[in-house]
Amino acid sequence: MSLATESPSRRLTLAQQTRRSSALVAAAFLLPALLMLAVYLLYPLLANFRLSFVEWNGLGNTARYVGLQNWTQLLQDATFLKSLVNNLTLAALSIVIQLPIGLVLAFMLDRAGRGSVVLKVLYFLPLLLSSVAIGTVFKNLYDPNFGPLNTLLRAAHLDGLARDWLGDPGLALASVILVVCWQNIPFYMLLFLAGLSGMPAELKEAARLDGASDGVIFRRITIPFLQGTIRTALVLSLIGSLRYFDLVYVMTGGGPSGSSELMATYMYRTVFSGFNIGYGAAISSAMFVLVVIASGLTLRLTRRFETEV
Amino acid sequence: MAVQTVSARPAAPRVRSGLGGRLGTVLVAVLWLLVTTLPFVFLVFTTFKSQSDIYSTPIWALPKTFDLTNYRLVLEGAFFTYLKNSAFVVALSIALTLLMSSMAAFAFSRLKFRFSGPLFGLIVAGLIVPVHVTLIPIYLLTRSMGLYDTVFALIGPYVAFSLPISIFILTEFMRQIPREMEESAQIDGCGPVRMFTSIFLPLTTPGLATVAIYNGISMWNEFIFAYVLTSNPAHRTLPLAIWDFQSEHSANMPAILAVVTLTALPLIVAYVFGQERIIKGMMAGSVKG
Repeated sequence: MSLATESPSRRLTLAQQTRRSSALVAAAFLLPALLMLAVYLLYPLLANFRLSFVEWNGLGNTARYVGLQNWTQLLQDATFLKSLVNNLTLAALSIVIQLPIGLVLAFMLDRAGRGSVVLKVLYFLPLLLSSVAIGTVFKNLYDPNFGPLNTLLRAAHLDGLARDWLGDPGLALASVILVVCWQNIPFYMLLFLAGLSGMPAELKEAARLDGASDGVIFRRITIPFLQGTIRTALVLSLIGSLRYFDLVYVMTGGGPSGSSELMATYMYRTVFSGFNIGYGAAISSAMFVLVVIASGLTLRLTRRFETEV
Repeated sequence: MAVQTVSARPAAPRVRSGLGGRLGTVLVAVLWLLVTTLPFVFLVFTTFKSQSDIYSTPIWALPKTFDLTNYRLVLEGAFFTYLKNSAFVVALSIALTLLMSSMAAFAFSRLKFRFSGPLFGLIVAGLIVPVHVTLIPIYLLTRSMGLYDTVFALIGPYVAFSLPISIFILTEFMRQIPREMEESAQIDGCGPVRMFTSIFLPLTTPGLATVAIYNGISMWNEFIFAYVLTSNPAHRTLPLAIWDFQSEHSANMPAILAVVTLTALPLIVAYVFGQERIIKGMMAGSVKG
C-alpha cells in the first residue's frame, strides 16, 4: 500500500526510502497511540488476570498467590451466578425491546424524510444525558410516594398497580431495564438510520410501484437490507449488556438484597467496599471472557443465519 | 459501511400510503415523542418548584412561580468547579485522541509495514474490552503514578478507550483520500511528516469532527473512572456534581434535579446549535461502535 511501491516516479523522496526506513516512519506515527493503548488497555487487562490469582485487601505488600482459588470460588458463588443471570436478562430484554423499537423508529423517520427532522432531533435527546443524570431523574419518577408514575396510576384509579418500583426485589431489575431501554433506543435508531441511508431509493420505489404496502416493504426489503446492521446491533447490545454498570449502580446499587446485581456492580462492591481485590479481579476477568465468547458466538451464529435468508 | 454514506443523503421522496398506515405512523411518532420528552418536562418543571410544592401539588402541575431558589443553591455551590474540570479533561483528552488516532490512521492507511493488518485488527478488537476489567489495575496504576485525585488521572483512560474506534473511523476516512493528492505532493518533495500535516489532516477534517463529537459526548458523561479515580469535589467532573450534591442534600429533590438540568445544559446548548453535525457524528460512530 505504500507510496514507495506504487508511485510511478521512482526517484522521489518517499519512493527512494528503503523498506526499513519506511517501517521506522510507520513506527514513529504509531508510537503514541500504541503506547497509550499498552499502558491503559493492554497492561490493565493482563494485570487484572494476574490479580485474579491473588488474595489481597489492597493495602501494602500483603498480596498472596492463591492459584485458582478465586476462580473455583466464583463458579460456586450464588451471587455471581445471580448477577450473570441478571446480565443475560438485561441482554435478552435489551435485544427484544430496543432493537425492534429502534428499527421501527428508523424506518418511520427514513420514510418521512425531511419532514421528520424535528422528530429526529427530539428523539435523540436521551443520548446527550449522562447515566447519572438519567438515573437520578428516573429514580424520582419511580418514587413510590411522590413519583409521577404512581401519582398518575392513582389518579387513574389504578392504585392496585402502584408499586415500589425500585424497592421491590421482584421489580427492581425490570424497572431499571426499562430505563436502560429509554437511554439506548435512540442509539439503535441512529444505527439503523445510518444503515438505511445506504439503501438505494430505487429499491423502495420499485416495490411501491409493484403495489407493496409499508408492512411488506418493511419485512421484505428493509429488514433483509439491514441484515448486516442488525447483526452489528445484536453484537453491540449483547456486549453492552454483559458489561453494563451505570444505571443499575446509580438507581439501585444492585439492590434490594442483590436482586438487580450485575457482574460489574458485584465486582465494584467486592473491590471498593469489600476490599477483596483478587476476587473482584476474578469477577471482571470472567466478565471479559464471557464478552469475548458471546461476541464471537453471535457473529458466527448470525453469519450462518444470514446465508440462509 | 463507508463513513461517507452517512454524510451525503438525498432526501427520501415522500411516499403515499393508506390512511390506516399514516394514522399508525402518526400514533407511533407521537407516542415515542411523549416517552422521550415527558421525563425532560418533569425534570425542568420540578426544578422550579419548592420542596414543599412537590408534596402538596400534583406532579404534572405547572410550577406556580418560576422560583429560581434551587438554581441559586446549586450555582452558589461548587458547580462551576465541576464544569471547569469537565471542560479541561474533555478538551485535553479530545486533543490527544485526535492527534494520536490520526497519526496511527495515517500509518495504517498509507504506510507499508509488517503486521499492519494484524495490528489494526488487534486495536479494533480493543473495542470490546469492558471498562471494568481495567478498573482495578488503572486505579492502582494511577495511585502509583501520583495522579490519583487529580484531573490528569482521567486523561489516560479516556484517551485509551477512545483510540480503537477513532483509529478505525479515521483509517477508513484516510483510505478514501485520492492517491493523486499525495503523488503530486511527493513530486514537490514532500516527506511523510509534511504529507500528514499539510495534506491528510486538512482533508480529514470531517472525520476528525466526527471522532471529536462521538468521543466528546461519552467523555463528558463518563462516570465510573471519574468516580473511582478522583475523590475531592475540587477535582471531579460534572456527572459527579449530581452524585456529590445528592449525598449532601439527599431529600431536596427539586435542587437535585436542578443540578441534573445544569449538568445537561452545556451539551443541550451545543446540540441546539449543531444538531445536524452531532447526529451525524453519533451515526458514524454508532456504525463502528
